[in-house]
Amino acid sequence: MKKNWLLFAPLAIVSLLFGVFLYRLNAPEDRMVESRWINQPMPTFNLPPATAGIAGLKTSDLADGQPRLVNIFASWCIPCKAEAPQLDALAKAGVPIDGIAIRDRPEDVAAFLAETGNPFDRIGADMQSSVQIALGSSGVPETFIVDGRGIIREQIQGIITPAMVPEIQRKLDSLK
Amino acid sequence: MTGRCAWARRAAWALALAVAAPAAMAQDSLPPAPLAYKQLADPAQEAAATALMHELRCLVCQGQSIADSDAPLAGDMRHEVRSRIAAGESPDAVRDWLVARYGNWVTYDPPFDAATALLWIGPLLFLLAGLWLARGRFAVGVPDERGEGA
Repeated sequence: MKKNWLLFAPLAIVSLLFGVFLYRLNAPEDRMVESRWINQPMPTFNLPPATAGIAGLKTSDLADGQPRLVNIFASWCIPCKAEAPQLDALAKAGVPIDGIAIRDRPEDVAAFLAETGNPFDRIGADMQSSVQIALGSSGVPETFIVDGRGIIREQIQGIITPAMVPEIQRKLDSLK
Repeated sequence: MTGRCAWARRAAWALALAVAAPAAMAQDSLPPAPLAYKQLADPAQEAAATALMHELRCLVCQGQSIADSDAPLAGDMRHEVRSRIAAGESPDAVRDWLVARYGNWVTYDPPFDAATALLWIGPLLFLLAGLWLARGRFAVGVPDERGEGA
């Protein structure tokens, strides 16, 4: 009789499995693929201007001693529109922001900026997502915090919400 | 009545368009990257690239390989893979380059490490557990030690 507890082992294992299933079913879906390319130098690239009148973006622009944001966006990206006011607020607060436009046309970028305002110092056109892939980025919008030596310090996936703005400013100040 | 029906239909159409428009706009309008759908001229290189593309996971349409997906980013990743293979990089080097950026998540053939150990050892553990549970039943001619069952 001493080993009767074994009879309950299958029940215990099945209960445990169901517990895990229930937990995972109720856990919020998290399909974000985070970049592993953090604390690494910006990949080498030289992107042409994404639209007339605004300079393109190359790697050496990102190592001028100033910490900055590099925003991955696209005119066809709806959430990017919702993010625009926060980028504008950061730019007005003196944060340097450069943009990388993913799979975009010059006239579409111009229309997007006319509608949302332009927080960018430079915008590079990434026609084949090659810089996006080299950054380990998997969608738009995404924002990379880059220090003054051109090292990527943080990746922000999805839109920057108003609540995140002060934290981003603190982070950039700490990199100065 | 007909007048009101026509009005309602128009309103429904306008609503449907308003709902559908943002979804339609959320696609870029650029043509696919040059090597997204075009095979490499060298059959050996194309075979190596294709094998690798079937093993790399699409980032936006998770659950599909980049070879199977029509998502623009998957096309751009195929272009990236084919360009690198055409430039003489080995499939392993291309895979390592992507894993350095997206983690083992990006490959359908992840290496044996802490995260995958249970998957590999699991069946063996179950087999051992089963043998342990059944050990008494293999004894031939020897009375069950508990003196019951079997």
